[in-house]
Amino acid sequence: MRSFGRCMMSFALLEIQFSGTISVEIFCPDWWNSKKTMSRKKYDYIIIGAGVVGSMVARWLSRYQADILLIDKDADVCMGATAANSAIIHPGYDPVPGSLKALTNVRANPMWDQLSQELGFAFERPGDFVVAIGEAELPALERLYQQGIRNGVPGMRLISADEMCEREPLINPDVSGALWASTGGICDPFQAAIAAAENAVLNGVEVLLNTEFVDFLMEGSHIVGIRTNRGDFSARWVINAAGIHADQVMHRAGVRPEFQIKARKGEYLVFDSAEITTKHIYFPVPTDKGKGILVTNTVHGNTIIGPNANVIEDKEDTSSTKEGLDEITEGARKLIPSLNPRAAIATFVGLRPMGNARSIDPNVDYGNDFVIEIPENVRGLVNLGGIESPGLTASPAIAEMVVELLKDAGEKLVEKKEWNPIRPARPRFRNMSHAQRQALCETDPAYGRVICRCENVTEGEIIREIHAPIPAVTYDAIKRRTWLGTGRCQGGFDMSRVVAILSRELGISPLEVSKRGIESEFLFRQTKDLEVGGAN
Amino acid sequence: MLIKDIYDVVVIGAGPSGLAAAIEAKKAGARDVLVIERDVELGGILLQCIHNGFGLQTFKEDLPGPEYAQRYINEARAIGVEFLLDTMVMDVTPQKRLFLSSQQYGYFALDARAIVLAMGCRERTRAQVRIPGMRPNGVYTAGTAQRWVNVEGYMPGKNFVILGSGDIGMIMARRLTFEGAKVSRVLEIQSYLSGLSRNYVQCLQDWDIPLQLQHTIKRVIGKNRVEAIESVAVDERWNFIPGTEEIVPCDTLLLSVGLIPENELSKKAGVLLDPVTGGPFVDERFQTNVPGIFAAGNVVHVYDLVDYVSIAGDTAGMNAAKYALTESQSEVDYIPVKAGRNVRYVVPHKLDRRALQRGDVQLQLRVTKPIEEDVWLEVRDENKSIVRRSERYARPGEMVTILLKPSMADAVREAISLTVDVYPKAEA
Repeated sequence: MRSFGRCMMSFALLEIQFSGTISVEIFCPDWWNSKKTMSRKKYDYIIIGAGVVGSMVARWLSRYQADILLIDKDADVCMGATAANSAIIHPGYDPVPGSLKALTNVRANPMWDQLSQELGFAFERPGDFVVAIGEAELPALERLYQQGIRNGVPGMRLISADEMCEREPLINPDVSGALWASTGGICDPFQAAIAAAENAVLNGVEVLLNTEFVDFLMEGSHIVGIRTNRGDFSARWVINAAGIHADQVMHRAGVRPEFQIKARKGEYLVFDSAEITTKHIYFPVPTDKGKGILVTNTVHGNTIIGPNANVIEDKEDTSSTKEGLDEITEGARKLIPSLNPRAAIATFVGLRPMGNARSIDPNVDYGNDFVIEIPENVRGLVNLGGIESPGLTASPAIAEMVVELLKDAGEKLVEKKEWNPIRPARPRFRNMSHAQRQALCETDPAYGRVICRCENVTEGEIIREIHAPIPAVTYDAIKRRTWLGTGRCQGGFDMSRVVAILSRELGISPLEVSKRGIESEFLFRQTKDLEVGGAN
Repeated sequence: MLIKDIYDVVVIGAGPSGLAAAIEAKKAGARDVLVIERDVELGGILLQCIHNGFGLQTFKEDLPGPEYAQRYINEARAIGVEFLLDTMVMDVTPQKRLFLSSQQYGYFALDARAIVLAMGCRERTRAQVRIPGMRPNGVYTAGTAQRWVNVEGYMPGKNFVILGSGDIGMIMARRLTFEGAKVSRVLEIQSYLSGLSRNYVQCLQDWDIPLQLQHTIKRVIGKNRVEAIESVAVDERWNFIPGTEEIVPCDTLLLSVGLIPENELSKKAGVLLDPVTGGPFVDERFQTNVPGIFAAGNVVHVYDLVDYVSIAGDTAGMNAAKYALTESQSEVDYIPVKAGRNVRYVVPHKLDRRALQRGDVQLQLRVTKPIEEDVWLEVRDENKSIVRRSERYARPGEMVTILLKPSMADAVREAISLTVDVYPKAEA
């Protein structure tokens, strides 16, 4: 922690001032050890799951005078579906009119400009296209357009094949037309979610990681807290934002026993930005399996393709398959035929939580809607379930709805005078001009030391992430925050250096540094450190 | 140290080619020679290559990597080469301005009259060879593991499987065995070895580590840490052969599946790259298409032996100094050098028509497939043979060279193009 003090001094002008309290355990180097914790504190709200939905809810609730705890079972926030999706802020022409998906999507899309400014994360609106290949796909564009109008989506236009080719020279020459939606956006979903969670922390929300929900504490039909792997926590309300596991959580309270979440697996490929650059977001014409295999640029400049959609039984199975990668390559080449699979530099796999809830509006015939509710049969639960696409887009509107639901339930939410909507962005060396880099290095020499040469991430940036409001204490946590290790060499150069920095900054042995929490350590022992006569 | 605004020669990278280039540049009369190295020590990847086998050509001695490097480091220091360590080159312009970043000196720019690119190469990664399955910790490139074991002093696993029969992978198989780890097998998707035969004998055979040719990995198993891999046999077109799958328990998978010249800076400087080698198009002086920017070593193409890398550095460094001192070059009339029968590429890509009047020129090449019988290596101008020599075999894992001598100057000066063939003597 010595270096933290040093950082705080030399970064006095840049450093975020903590206004809230953070559980000391977060800073404890061995905080992931499963020590039992029994908090005597009675929370007003406990949020289960620090994905984008839980993080946005935490940030929205942090505006009010309340004691709030955000927990996650993983070693970092946002390690589930939030960390592995298409990163698109959808216009809202795709969801079934009248569904919660449509309402929250269209409500939330315009919120992202302000949100990205307040929370300091990358967000762009390149616009999106649904591209029809061949005459047979044309009628689908008209249907989507009409659906968009019904959903209240602004800025849509049907365009000709010629215009499409002009706007993206790489597009399949067999294009027959496209639907253009100017409000389509891209963001870094992890950055967005962690910025929201950090803003919540800065406004007093506590975060506990490696903390897994086990059961509710009930008094009759009243929820009075939760039991976790790290002890019991009292709360007046529990918000279930458990993502793919939200069904299991609500079943523990006896709510919606028929509700079931299935994992819909989606595989993606990431391309080297030096090899291919696409300009916008391109969807194929949707099918009953979803929006289909898309091609999109990211805020980091890489092109990504995917996802396919395979419903699987195992909610932990994030494996990729040869068939799956072939399928998405094939699918993407339908839109951009020149895409060279050899330029792919990474794969990732996301599990979308597909629910089976009927829309609450009886006039809407739709069976995979979001659940956003305070259930009637128990007191003290807000239920968020089946938040698959467009869940990322919808997340700020879902958070807003949670606040409204609590108010309707009689919660007297009093705004804090000191609430600060701003989470200052931390410097990103790679995005800076020569002059800005020079100025940054003068604030702290550690910014001059480049640790990730492909993505130009510096030691100064890494140190600040390790000591951030939500500390990055694993390799992947630093990777997701800084984009380190995501380039051509995929961490080959930086890995040993980052392990050394984490070890030094956290005051732990290199043997304890992990990729993503316990059981994913990098190193086993020192060399020469062997029992006589035996390997292992 | 005082950093100047302009240097005669700036060398990017302090590995074997960069060190050799700096020394020769200084010897050739360059007033100031600066080597920029991103690591905290000189020597590049040689520092983690603690095995022997270095220097047989250059020093007629069998040296470990760090000792080989130290000889060049000592000489460079003795003759006044300057060094910037722990410093990353962020940008290079075609006008030869470099932007540097370092903890000690901050972010700054300097100019060079001539530059030698000596950034070496990087390893191919998991995604580039598309290994499906889970993505737990415990999948590393062989070079990353080598750094951990030999430089940092830590073991990244207990029970290893190695994919790819590249040299670093085979050397690590032996090294890890020394350190008490188990290396259960090496898998190679091709029907032949991709590294040197001597490494197969000394690093695998001598330690009873099985090599399975025409095998690859179907998937990685394990959530947080690798628990096993599923291996599978493949046919000639690399299709999986059903029924040959085998679950191999392990906690670490090392990849030794090829090297790629590291040329992102070269591109920024406007240097054109050969898609086959992944490195710059160069002439016999190792000059790129950008006047005054030279390139040497693995940044040009992947070598098998460090000695040849150093020799390439010598040539590039000497010519960089000449360029810096005259800052101009007379018009050069180039002859293209082409890859012919069974040849994947030839370096240099082009030759000054008058080159042989100044001395020997070595052509360096790799073959496309193994030829396990007596072969001719032949350089021809269209149908006219200029020189040929014989070898007992030709293998993709081993670089092949053929020397053009001043005695061939007349034939080369009149040539339309030079083409290099490698073919069995039986087909002659």
